[in-house]
Amino acid sequence: MSRLLLLSPLLLFLGLAYLLPLSGVMLQSVTTPEPGLQNYSAALGDPLVWSVIWRTLRICLCVTVLAVVLAYPLTLLWIKGNTTTRVFIELAIMIPFWLSVLSRAFGWLSLLSNRGLINTWLQSLGIIAEPLTLVRNEFGVIIGMMHFLIPFAVFPLASAMRAVDDRVILAARGMGASRMQIFWQIFVPMTKSGIVGAALLVFVFSLGFYIVPTLLGGGRSVMIAELIYLRIFQIPNWGLAAALSALLMVSIGAFLVALIKRAGVSS
Amino acid sequence: MMTGLRPGKISTTLAALTAVFLLLPLLAVIPVSFTPKRYLSLPKDSWSLRHYEALWTKPEWGEAIGLSLQVGLTAAILSTLLATAFCLGLWMMRPRFGGLLAGIALLPMVAPPVVSALTLYYFLRTVSNWNSLVVYDGWLGVAVAHTVMVVPYAVVIIMVALSQVDRKIDLAARSMGASVPTRIFSVILPNIRFGMVSAFMLSFVLSWDEIGVTLFVTSIKAITLPRRMWMGLRDNVDPAVAALSVVLIVLVTIVILGRLIWQHRSQSKAG
Repeated sequence: MSRLLLLSPLLLFLGLAYLLPLSGVMLQSVTTPEPGLQNYSAALGDPLVWSVIWRTLRICLCVTVLAVVLAYPLTLLWIKGNTTTRVFIELAIMIPFWLSVLSRAFGWLSLLSNRGLINTWLQSLGIIAEPLTLVRNEFGVIIGMMHFLIPFAVFPLASAMRAVDDRVILAARGMGASRMQIFWQIFVPMTKSGIVGAALLVFVFSLGFYIVPTLLGGGRSVMIAELIYLRIFQIPNWGLAAALSALLMVSIGAFLVALIKRAGVSS
Repeated sequence: MMTGLRPGKISTTLAALTAVFLLLPLLAVIPVSFTPKRYLSLPKDSWSLRHYEALWTKPEWGEAIGLSLQVGLTAAILSTLLATAFCLGLWMMRPRFGGLLAGIALLPMVAPPVVSALTLYYFLRTVSNWNSLVVYDGWLGVAVAHTVMVVPYAVVIIMVALSQVDRKIDLAARSMGASVPTRIFSVILPNIRFGMVSAFMLSFVLSWDEIGVTLFVTSIKAITLPRRMWMGLRDNVDPAVAALSVVLIVLVTIVILGRLIWQHRSQSKAG
């Protein structure tokens, strides 16, 4: 009896406010405007949708590689640096991490827009005559997403690096391995699980992004999640939006299963 | 002392550049917030506090802050209560399919935000036909939507807190004839109070910053602070967002520095 009393409030709440409407949305993808799979065939037959899917994959792959590559040395210094370094890096990771995504996007707009810091400085130094287009394009989206996702890449990398046994490194040094050999042939392979975990996490996260691409892409580099938003609020088409949601959900689900299997193997 | 791997010059340089990259947009907001102009620009000859004043004097910012506090507190209370009861149920009773139940509770955290947003939009549009309390574009509707989004995080935190409680305490209470409410209120809850406070605070912060779902479930009436910032960013960039961001950056930095100092002190006390 008390089991039901404790478990049921949250399950009832999520059932009514989340699971039921989620099934409703999924159902809409095969019933609106009429029963059938026409929303899926319309979505997958539309060259616009495909260009959005390719752009999403391209941007997300780019962001994943850059975020993990930059997060790796950052995490290394965070774990192995001296106290001052560690405090500085912790602040550099944690302050952006806890700050609203809107403030961060605003920061990038202040830096990259036509009247922003970078263009103003470059123009006042006489290096360029016309402002460079650094934002409201794919470049701006990649920069903004990288900035959002680097802290998320740091956490799995940190737990992998903490698990490396220092004695292995000492043994390698004792046997005459150079610094480069120690790093590339011992440390990097030993933290591989963290690298793969960080990459999967960042990639899955980036697939569903729409706030950063909307603000920094300026409508010119629409990604899949933003397309769903536009199909609800600009050119309403519930059936298509629901079909795109189902496709996104399934692809992210597949990546999550891979992530969980990976975690199961490494632990 | 064993130092293990010492970072070399290349790693250090890359890490320093990345740290600067992470902090750069936060620093860039500061000069923009002092511009005397009404659009995004750098102050050239004179600096002005007009955008900070606007945060005080323009009612829309104050109203947005008030609404975000109201929504955030409601969502934090609801999610902490729901998550605590749920986790107690899992921990004390160990039901069959416990893993599946936990999976359901965590679903809004792993589903893509835009799908959750669409789902909650559909939910609120539907229930708006049946009641006048939890409605689309109403404050309680936003609070319910936020609760759905933040409750998985509260569940994770309280699960972690419970996993550190020694089951023998509960067994002792049970063998001495304590009823379920006594076991909960006098034995278990006092042991996870820090976890509950963390769950409450994280829920509040996540709701305070929430924009992905809020964009879908509000339009003209329930304007939370992130929604107001969004409006100030979307079409014409309003430097008042810069002033607000500076205030938020200062707040976040104070909290993080405070936590670091507190950690350092308790560590040196322990050691």
